[in-house]
Amino acid sequence: MNTTLRIRRGNAGETPRFEEFDVTFEPGQSVLDGLRMVRRLIDPTLAYRYSCINANACKECMMLIDGTVDYACTVRLKQGVMTLAPLPKKALIRDLVTEIAPPDERL
Amino acid sequence: MNSAQNVNPAHLETDVLVIGAGGAGMYAALEAARAGASVILADRSLIGRGGATVMAQMTVAAALGEQSPDHWEYHLADTLAAGRGLCDERLAALLCEDGPRRLREMDDWKVGWAREDGHIKQAQAPGHDRPRCAYVDFLSTGPAVSRTLRTRLKSASDVRLIGDLVIVDIAIQDGEACGAVALHLPTGRAVTLAAKAVIIATGGLTGLYRRNSASANMAGDGYALALRAGAELIDMEFVQFFPIGHLAPRLIGMDPIMWDPFRYKLGGRLLNSERREFETAYASQDSRSDGRYVLTRDLATYAITKEVEAGRGSPAGGAYLSFRHVPEAEIRRAFGPVVDRLLANGIDLARQDVEVAPIAHYTMGGVRVDETLQTRTPGLYAGGEVVGGANGANRLSGNAITEALVFGARAGRNAAERAKAQSLSWSAEAVRPVLDLLRSATRRDAPNPAAAIAGLQTVMADKVGPFRTEAKLRSALSSILQLSQEIGNVPLSTGAPFDTMMTDWLDLRNMLLVARSVTEAALARGESRGAHQREDQPRLSEDWCVNQTISLSQGDISLRRIAPANGRPVA
Repeated sequence: MNTTLRIRRGNAGETPRFEEFDVTFEPGQSVLDGLRMVRRLIDPTLAYRYSCINANACKECMMLIDGTVDYACTVRLKQGVMTLAPLPKKALIRDLVTEIAPPDERL
Repeated sequence: MNSAQNVNPAHLETDVLVIGAGGAGMYAALEAARAGASVILADRSLIGRGGATVMAQMTVAAALGEQSPDHWEYHLADTLAAGRGLCDERLAALLCEDGPRRLREMDDWKVGWAREDGHIKQAQAPGHDRPRCAYVDFLSTGPAVSRTLRTRLKSASDVRLIGDLVIVDIAIQDGEACGAVALHLPTGRAVTLAAKAVIIATGGLTGLYRRNSASANMAGDGYALALRAGAELIDMEFVQFFPIGHLAPRLIGMDPIMWDPFRYKLGGRLLNSERREFETAYASQDSRSDGRYVLTRDLATYAITKEVEAGRGSPAGGAYLSFRHVPEAEIRRAFGPVVDRLLANGIDLARQDVEVAPIAHYTMGGVRVDETLQTRTPGLYAGGEVVGGANGANRLSGNAITEALVFGARAGRNAAERAKAQSLSWSAEAVRPVLDLLRSATRRDAPNPAAAIAGLQTVMADKVGPFRTEAKLRSALSSILQLSQEIGNVPLSTGAPFDTMMTDWLDLRNMLLVARSVTEAALARGESRGAHQREDQPRLSEDWCVNQTISLSQGDISLRRIAPANGRPVA
């Protein structure tokens, strides 16, 4: 059984839509691994933040994973459907990317 | 249409523009501000979160003389020996002499160096003649350094921090750096930055490799920026592979190079599939080794790779690292909080081995600078890992953070001095070609740039890894040229904010240029030395005690040989 990532997508101000992406399930993989697979194999336009990949050092990949705020790099992929959405209390930029920089560190 | 196409660029002005907010960039910004300059510190990620420093879990080398008597010249001797004849001695001396000053300043800023009996604790690491490496417990050196610098920045006057800003190119006016053009990720808008001096502090290029210990933003963009700005690169064939990068079982939420301090403290055993310790068999090949766990990184990488090739590798294609001989209580005493994080990953060190294998870790080569950290393009400086030359053919463990702090600070101060004597020499002409490039972006379905990046990483790992042959390198070059043709000269665009296609395309444009630089330099160097090992040229050759520099003209790269340190041309 594979993993289906059900991802809330869209730009700020648009009506959000959910899109589903099937990725191969491999035990031990992280949700971020899954997102990177989607970008590489299915849809290169999918937007999410990450920097350190899997060290949980940059803290950039925070999102809503099955309704809970967590890091995509530390939550493991599971078989079946996983629902991903942008952080609810931050301004949306696009797809899973929100404005998380402190206000005085923006352009 | 993407937004860069129909909105006028935003424009900012500053004395000193620093590109990259890792350890080097943050220190550069602090020091430039301390010298009285206004500073913009830009990062494509969030400030102080990306880059290599924040991920470094290891140690920082400096002749503090806290653990035992030491002098920076002893540190220099070890650094030069590891560099196997190719170090730029001026830069290496700067690193070693300034190191203690920077570590003490970080101590004043409460970084939290581990202490013992009232002094800063210094560990012994391979290649060092005495205990010289400070650290922050538990595996927190990099995060502590980043946090400390970030906190200082918050209270620094006249430093503007801007995250989510990708620098696309350095702007050049009359042969001198006068600023840069950037892409603002959240809006897709182009941004022009006028500056009296520009510092590249973007880190290394290990993101070119499939397995690497770098952040996603460490794919070598600084080298490409420097080349296109008329600067030279040096020693690009020397990429350091960290021998015992984590391989299996899948470990998440942790830095893949975390096992080294475990080995220092607990004496982990490196075993092949026959459960035999094999390092000693290779140790005799290195005159600097005393046969214990002191194999330098290049030799350890060689040992593991050869065991795998001989069919004695672990199931995932590496070696076993075992701590099962160490009492559980001792493991916990040394690494308590980390042991819990490992257990959460299903790894119980007292009962099971892990698998490790070489992983791309650090770039010795980089932007060629003089002793003021300035490139041959006036006004363009470099600091940190992106600088080439200080470490020659191989870097000593512990020198990376030191060089980030030392070179960052020096570049910041020198750039500020230049800015004081200089007026802005901005012109719209200087940035027109880059703005035109961004405006030319089109929405199209293929190729998938994220897939192309993965393809390039595979080519580099398989053909331009630690062990090279002419045939493999030639094959890599043709793949790189092929990929360059596939991505073309027109950027791809998603046509939306946080334009993933555009940033992947811009990254590929840089990565392909840098990959070519590494490969061409490796092909030309017909010998084995330090981190550059040619299986078809296995011996070190006295004729090759030279550095190779790379420059770009009319879109083509050219190589030149120079004598180390003094920069006089030979032949």
